Amino acid sequence: MWALLRNGQVIDPFRDYTGTADVLIAGGSVAALIDRCDRERQSLRTILIQLDLDERDGQVFDCSGFVICPGLIDIHVHLREPGYEYKETIATGARAAAAGGFTTVVAMPNTMPAVDNGAVVRYVLDRGRETPIRVFTAGAATKANNGAEMAEIADMVEAGAIALSDDAFPIQSADLMRRVMEYARMFNIPILTHCEDKSMTQDAVMNEGLVCTILGLRPWPRQAEEIMIWRNILLADLTGCRVHIQHVTTRGGVEAVRWAKSRGIPVSCETCPHYFSLTDEALLTFDTNAKCCPPLRTSDDVEALKEGLADGTIDIIASDHAPHAQEEKEVEFQDAAFGIVGLETAVPIVITNLVKTGTLTIEQAISKMTAAPAKLLGLSGGLAVGSAADITVLDPNCEVVINSSTFQSKGRNTPFDGWKLSGKVVATIVNGEIVSGELKTVPIEDCC
Amino acid sequence: MNVQVTQVMDNNEIRRALTRIAHEIIERNKGAQNLVIIGIQSRGVPMARRLAKLISEIEGTQVPVGSLNVALYRDDFDKRPARTISASDIPFDVTDKRVVLVDEVLYTGRTTRAALDALMDLGRPAVVQLAVLIDRGHRELPIRADYVGKNLPTSRKERVDVHWMETHGEDAVMIVK
Amino acid sequence: MTQLHRKDILGLQDMSSEEIQLILDTAESYKEILSRSVKKVPILRGKSICTLFYENSTRTRCSFELAAKIMSADTTAVSTAGSSIQKGESFKDTLLTLEAMGMDLFVIRHSASGAPHFAAKILKSSVINAGDGMHEHPTQGLLDMLTIRQNKGRIEGLKVLIVGDIMHSRVARSNIWGLSKMGAHVRLCGPRTLLPAEIEKLPVEVYDNLDMALEDVDVVNVLRIQLERMNRGFFPSVREYSALFGINKDRLRRAKPDVLVMHPGPMNRGIEITPDVADGEFAVITEQVTNGVAVRMALLYLLLGGGGHVGSA
Repeated sequence: MWALLRNGQVIDPFRDYTGTADVLIAGGSVAALIDRCDRERQSLRTILIQLDLDERDGQVFDCSGFVICPGLIDIHVHLREPGYEYKETIATGARAAAAGGFTTVVAMPNTMPAVDNGAVVRYVLDRGRETPIRVFTAGAATKANNGAEMAEIADMVEAGAIALSDDAFPIQSADLMRRVMEYARMFNIPILTHCEDKSMTQDAVMNEGLVCTILGLRPWPRQAEEIMIWRNILLADLTGCRVHIQHVTTRGGVEAVRWAKSRGIPVSCETCPHYFSLTDEALLTFDTNAKCCPPLRTSDDVEALKEGLADGTIDIIASDHAPHAQEEKEVEFQDAAFGIVGLETAVPIVITNLVKTGTLTIEQAISKMTAAPAKLLGLSGGLAVGSAADITVLDPNCEVVINSSTFQSKGRNTPFDGWKLSGKVVATIVNGEIVSGELKTVPIEDCC
Repeated sequence: MNVQVTQVMDNNEIRRALTRIAHEIIERNKGAQNLVIIGIQSRGVPMARRLAKLISEIEGTQVPVGSLNVALYRDDFDKRPARTISASDIPFDVTDKRVVLVDEVLYTGRTTRAALDALMDLGRPAVVQLAVLIDRGHRELPIRADYVGKNLPTSRKERVDVHWMETHGEDAVMIVK
Repeated sequence: MTQLHRKDILGLQDMSSEEIQLILDTAESYKEILSRSVKKVPILRGKSICTLFYENSTRTRCSFELAAKIMSADTTAVSTAGSSIQKGESFKDTLLTLEAMGMDLFVIRHSASGAPHFAAKILKSSVINAGDGMHEHPTQGLLDMLTIRQNKGRIEGLKVLIVGDIMHSRVARSNIWGLSKMGAHVRLCGPRTLLPAEIEKLPVEVYDNLDMALEDVDVVNVLRIQLERMNRGFFPSVREYSALFGINKDRLRRAKPDVLVMHPGPMNRGIEITPDVADGEFAVITEQVTNGVAVRMALLYLLLGGGGHVGSA
């Protein structure tokens, strides 16, 4: 079986390649990248014969006007299984990922029970293998995410955990965080850390500032995030452990990471589409779908995040896909669950709010969703010959209207419902198979 | 739409009608003793003041005059938007008084019904009588006026407009088609 | 303006000065009814009003119920204690259940900011916010303005000081919006720990020194200090709070000679306000309570009128 993705704009940030070309897939791997010169030199038939492929056992897909890039990687998703299957399962989360253009996701360990030992890691990975995409998981840094006792990190790494995380349950003790980092360093895995000083965020539900003051909601000051970012940077410097700051939302956070990088401290960071697309003003109507943690900040922070994305301070764009049941959002604001579903809206938001606005080139944007996360977690990827054919095909100019009722995710909690955006995921391909979307076939004669 | 306005009373006719009503009120009540005049807000108020003045002049005693807000007693609250008008202004106790309610146009009788209820909530008058400048018919309730300036047969499609010097700069009654 | 074109009263932030004027005028005309020996008018006969209280408040609930009853509406009181709310029924289901019983209007008090807004979105019936969390308490704001207007003859141009725990006060927020829309100069004063972030971006002057704040003011609105705030470190002791932010006769000398002293109640006598001031010649605290009934009557009337919001644009 072979397939040819014909005449797309191929962007492969793994090796800084951009050009109009055809991608030939065979046996689940990238078999050839055929650019214009190649095509002029030899026909598709000749190439197929050279590769020992049967001309009748394959299809040609027209990708004119589309971007062909390595499968997108989301290193921050909540798949909720085990324990919260009513919000999402690994199966539904994987379908949402595929629909959103992601071929690889990294699940967070705040499940019930927590992913805090080898057995639960294996459970998640086994369930992941039943889905059409690649599901990895982070292990919890502390037992049951209690923030008090280190989890069995070696056991989890042995079972396949590719990172540690304290997401949703930020470790408050600096001493414990130091020990976790020192210990994690033995396995060369990064810590994906949720930075929040809980003593400053008791009952807090939104960014501290004018909007919060007007609405009379409990304030979540930016300093609660920044203090912990600084603490974890200093601990990364102390321990030499790779530290990845999750969902950076403030100017101060970006500046801290910029400083750390300039000092050579092994720190990376991510932000999420909602943080560079919305501000706390989205809450003026008490919209619980815009309630997330950390909270939406201000237009100045949005500006700073965009600067950080553009200058490379922010390495990665992750969705922090956080599905919740309708009844957990259709309640009083202060009681509503924190979180926004992101897998199925990330691509159009990134293209509309970062690429179309000129903040990032499309190559940079794709890099932050492919090569950069792969590098952090030691994942393979890219469109080099022989690589697994995990490929995302995008139409950056197609207008889409976000409609949460069509989501594959069980979660409908998005503040972007009804938004008109540019950028459509045309097809998601894993191991050479189209797992979501569809492509138009053209007769092979047209290419020969 | 073509609006047709016909004047049916001028200032002299209105003056004569009010003077006659004032005399009738005095005659019926055997003087101005214990008499009070209450205009139904907002249109009955100028006429109530005129009548009170006329009676006071004729009898040589001051006749108390007040105004009654009936908005809270209407029966069409579900059909009309809630509107706000000023409070009742009745600076005297109505109990055991001979009350003359005053409105400019008597039509369905519903406003009068509301006014009677509003009045009863303020006290227990000895007698209540009704004075109107125009009775245009089409009653929907068993209510009739004790004193009428002019009986004016109209169709329901028509509107009767009363202008007062105090509020409109002229005294006149018009039928608007 | 002679009518309100809205379904709900959720706060004063989104209300125009014309609307506020209309409500105050209507309320003023109803004070006459409160002075009658027979306090009953038939206008809201057959209307069902539900007072849904997720937070205790004798004062506000009584005021709304009395307003409704004077206007002949039927009232149903639902509160958290002993109801299905305690059995874990969601707010949404409680609302839909009560509406299905035929409630025409909901009066909602809730400890969660925004709860009445949530209710208003779900319900076809009208909603009046009777205080939500730290957000707004529009009827208190309106009755405070009515009290000021009756005593001073105007609101525009007056200097009004609000003293105390601004951060946690819905009364302060509604007063800030209402008074500034009506042209008053609003001053806020309280310990820095109880002034919320960026409050100075609202149309107010902010002070942390009470003597300076009192200089030349026409009205002082004293907020209740919740003693449990002390335990969360907002101020060290009642003694020190009282010394820095308590209103007493001596301090009041800095204000205008005819200064008006208001308090939304219930008062902590001797803490935020001394008894001689609370009972003194400048205090209009009981008048505020009377005006509360009139304001609530006005809102019930204006919201429930036929052809009001129902079917209108």
